[in-house]
Amino acid sequence: MLKFLQMGGYARYVWPCYALTAAVVGLNIHWARRSLRAAQREARRRLAALRAAS
Amino acid sequence: MAWVWFHRFGSPPHFYRLATRLAPWFGWPAALLCLGGLIGGLALAPPDYQQGDGFRIIYVHAPAAWLSLMVYVVMASAAAVGLIWRMTVAYAVAASCAVIGASFTAVALATGMLWGRPMWGTYWEWDPRLTSELLLLFLYLGYMGLRNAIDDTGRADRASAVLAIVGVVNVPIIHYSVIWWNSLHQAPSVMKFGQPTMPAAMLVPLLLMLAGFSAYFVALLLTRARGELLRRERNARWMAEALDGAAAGKR
Amino acid sequence: MNQERVGFAGAAGALIARDLHLALRRSGDTLQPLGFFLVVTTLFPLALDPQLSLLRDIAPAALWVGALLSSLLALDLLFREDAQDGALEQLALCGLPFQGLLLAKTVVHWLLTGLPLVLIAPLAATALGAPYGAMPGILAALLLGTIALSLIGAVGAGLTMSLKRNGSLLALLVLPLAVPVLIFGARATALAIAGEPLAAPLYLLAAIAVLSATLAPWALAAAVRIGLE
Repeated sequence: MLKFLQMGGYARYVWPCYALTAAVVGLNIHWARRSLRAAQREARRRLAALRAAS
Repeated sequence: MAWVWFHRFGSPPHFYRLATRLAPWFGWPAALLCLGGLIGGLALAPPDYQQGDGFRIIYVHAPAAWLSLMVYVVMASAAAVGLIWRMTVAYAVAASCAVIGASFTAVALATGMLWGRPMWGTYWEWDPRLTSELLLLFLYLGYMGLRNAIDDTGRADRASAVLAIVGVVNVPIIHYSVIWWNSLHQAPSVMKFGQPTMPAAMLVPLLLMLAGFSAYFVALLLTRARGELLRRERNARWMAEALDGAAAGKR
Repeated sequence: MNQERVGFAGAAGALIARDLHLALRRSGDTLQPLGFFLVVTTLFPLALDPQLSLLRDIAPAALWVGALLSSLLALDLLFREDAQDGALEQLALCGLPFQGLLLAKTVVHWLLTGLPLVLIAPLAATALGAPYGAMPGILAALLLGTIALSLIGAVGAGLTMSLKRNGSLLALLVLPLAVPVLIFGARATALAIAGEPLAAPLYLLAAIAVLSATLAPWALAAAVRIGLE
């Protein structure tokens, strides 16, 4: 297990790479969901305003 | 027959429903593929003859670099379709690509630098691939900057579409010119592996990661594109149905 | 209805003449890019050891970075004023090929930035230690390169012409696209200074110039039309 974590001495290069990638993967999922939800909220608001006006 | 399919796909309510249904079918397989790739790449593949365990960075660097390029091509293609056929769905797809592509270009650069440090002794080398990635990042940033600067969504779509098309034509030229330039300066050979060809134990996890990241991108794209489509659509009827469905918990 | 039909060549010629006339009236603005080029190429030696042998090494870089930056400087004005006062719309609606007319405007940009640069390059190059034998090569490279830069830059100018005056976005858009020109141009110049044959990068520069001349008119017309909406 320790050998795995040490990555043959390259640990301080390998693990930050994986951490960064994992972070960006997660962030993109979060951003995509957030963008969709915001667009849905805006669209509902617009529709409600249209209904109120008609 | 193909045209019918093309036009149905381009119809916003149809695309919206399709995207909602399909996204999990790309998302979960992506997770599985990446899991397999990670296990294979981190644990099962043997250390490289020259680079030891350091080569394992490839399992995140290569997918990121692959995404950075593939996403740009998708973005430019969608933009071209939008420009030629005035298709809102295409513009929504193009708009969705930018942040994803730019962030993974940055990841490719960062992981490339971290990989270079132990292998070359320095964080930055004007190596053709890293240099091309840097210029690709500028292309993305320019695209996003232009979009941001134009207030009207329709005009922003069309202007950035022109930019994306001009950019995609230039990507091979830029890449070739950088390789040519680099070959003159006898830069250290890039990421050479100890073995002449990659053994299966190393290659298979790499392919799994590439496939996994690609599926992940499609899932992300479908999710974002739904929102971008909502932002662009004025026709209320299908939106009300789609959103009420969402409110009812179908997501 | 006007009986006289102006052909495209006549219209393009008139456009070029008008733009040149306007530009020369505003000679301060027009000479700025040239002055900038001279300043940049003199700053490099001042910032370095004035030994001529060292200067010779950075001469290609100084010349080409200077050319790129001074080309950028003049781009902002290319379409902006005509867009604001409606002249561009007139051109779009007049029935003559819009792409050709926009190309004519790009020619004016080159005449005002690229050409003077090419003419003054021997002076700048000599100041940077280039031998006389290198001049034909340097001039050929700069000729092709400035043409390509004007075309590429014009597309960027067309895309940003309706935006608030912000030079940095234009630079960001143009920079990646201009890199191949920079690479091949600087390489050709370096080979010329070293006295070695420079056909290869020169051909590649020519290819880029031709490609730009083919692609730019389409992109320009599309970009300017969008900007005029």
